[in-house]
Amino acid sequence: MPTVARDSFRFWTRLTLTKLTGRRASDLAELVEQLRTVPPSVVFHHTHHFLVQHQHLSPEPPNDFAFWVSNVLQEEQLGERLAAIDTIQFAHLRELRDRIVDVIDAYLEQRKELRAAPTGEEFHFMDAVSFTLPTRYQAWTLAEFAEALRHVGNATIAYHLFEARLRVGSDDNDFSRWLEQELGERELAPAIRKLDPYTHTSDGLRQRLIALIEQRIRAEAHR
Amino acid sequence: MTGGLDAYAPFVGAGTIEELRLLGDQLRNRRVQNINSTAVGGGVAEILNRLIPLLREVGIDARWDVMRGGDEFYAVTKAIHNGLHGKPVPLTDQDVEVFRQTTEQNLRTLELSDDIVFIHDPQPAGFIKRRAPGSRWIWRCHIDLSSPWPAVWDFVRESVEHYDVAVFSAPQFSRTLPIDQVLISPSIDPLADKNRELDPHTIDSVIAGLGIDPSRPLVTQVSRFDRLKDPLGVIEAFQLARKYNDAQLLLVGGSATDDPEGREVLAECRERAGTDPDIHVVELPPTANIEINAIQRASTVILQKSLREGFGLTVSEALWKGKPVIAGAVGGIPLQITHKYSGILTHTVEGTAYWIKQLLNAPEFARRLGENGREHVRQNFLLTRHLRDYMLLFLYLDHLGESLVGLGADGRGR
Repeated sequence: MPTVARDSFRFWTRLTLTKLTGRRASDLAELVEQLRTVPPSVVFHHTHHFLVQHQHLSPEPPNDFAFWVSNVLQEEQLGERLAAIDTIQFAHLRELRDRIVDVIDAYLEQRKELRAAPTGEEFHFMDAVSFTLPTRYQAWTLAEFAEALRHVGNATIAYHLFEARLRVGSDDNDFSRWLEQELGERELAPAIRKLDPYTHTSDGLRQRLIALIEQRIRAEAHR
Repeated sequence: MTGGLDAYAPFVGAGTIEELRLLGDQLRNRRVQNINSTAVGGGVAEILNRLIPLLREVGIDARWDVMRGGDEFYAVTKAIHNGLHGKPVPLTDQDVEVFRQTTEQNLRTLELSDDIVFIHDPQPAGFIKRRAPGSRWIWRCHIDLSSPWPAVWDFVRESVEHYDVAVFSAPQFSRTLPIDQVLISPSIDPLADKNRELDPHTIDSVIAGLGIDPSRPLVTQVSRFDRLKDPLGVIEAFQLARKYNDAQLLLVGGSATDDPEGREVLAECRERAGTDPDIHVVELPPTANIEINAIQRASTVILQKSLREGFGLTVSEALWKGKPVIAGAVGGIPLQITHKYSGILTHTVEGTAYWIKQLLNAPEFARRLGENGREHVRQNFLLTRHLRDYMLLFLYLDHLGESLVGLGADGRGR
């Protein structure tokens, strides 16, 4: 008999409305200056919206800062460093922001001249309002959980895996927490926790999650 | 022209349609009054014509009123429009008075009692002075506001500052304002004649009718004959690229009979093309949507070499057809194209020529750009996304200043 949760897992989806802040930067000094003072949700937007909006692209899509620095300012060395920031290691957006600021500061210390963005290609700081709403997918067992994962939208997976942790301030991703607490999955939960969602496309991430769960279901069936 | 919401499911998935209906449930019976200055013609009327029925289908009590004004008023608002686009125009006391009087005349007859009043563009911006207690007001700007003439913007801003939210089409149009600003891009309708799938026979007959050889590569720009679309730059770039490549160029745009500058630009293009049999300069009536669709589908590479652009939706139209697009990095175009991922952004004639050559000679890369571009449009520039953003905006009016809004049965606030 499969383990059945007392509290089901309800899959939620997240929709965002993009806000404009009126803040902009034409060079690295302005970029870092603004970064120090923008709300953390702005940092979230520029490091995460690419994941959902460009989900068809290759893994490791660049964050907006890295993309702008490499492609507009043509500061490729710094762009590479910014793209390489390991977003998954930060539990709070403030820490992620500090890391981005440190990387730019360190680069600026060694450079005398600043390159300016061509007119019309300045960096525009944006923010987002997240709206969450329940989908009709719900799971009580591991098999139902895997089945729901096949159907939910990419935004649902993104929401439960990184938004819940970084924006809502949970100390864990929603999937691992539920699997551990409700189904006692002491190996599967850490395995999902160890996934780096930033190195997969949305569909790749979904397939990886389903594979991990199915592997676990098969192992259980053979016991 | 189009079916209901379910007709969009094949493009965006049943899940997206379900999300739209869920959002509609949250806004059921909410009264939303749209006001603009024209019932026909222009992008705003086109968008409202498509969106109002869909808003009503999901349960929102949406309606649309058109303001009235005389010639004098429209001369003033034309000057305001040009000023917001950056042209140094004087706004006299007389102009301000005409604007004020027309606003007052409309306010005497218009009923403004809906929950949400959604004002489009500067013409009706002054209606905010009749705001009913408890109502929410949105100002939607469809204009390129990246460098407005200060005196004109100051005049419009006096009204805009009293709204709850201002909406812009591209980040660079945002201004420093004491109210929330939201980014909502325009969209294309995949079911419209300009974008729907066409059978090969229709495409072949349109192309044959234009005297284009379907067996040779075709480079196309679809746009008005307007200097800001740089058609002469397109011809020059094509001529540079063609030195070592076989290709044909098609410059196609709306009829220029009513527009003196358009006639001039069209004549310049024809003169520059001369007797070159591989450069086709074609005028089509504004209703030639299927022809434009067929031309885009028959093209090998599509250009939008604009020097200035409000949004440049022709880029999304081309990307939706899976075509590799080379476009100027201006206005809303960088939102539609991520350079070398979903298209090519250029700044010069030489750069455009370089990339025409590259794409003609690297069909696999060109195909991938087109595929990524189509996916990007599917995610971000279809009508359903526009509908979703408008509904999120309506919901946000109940949560101004919040960054996380929980909706749903138990109102889980996360």
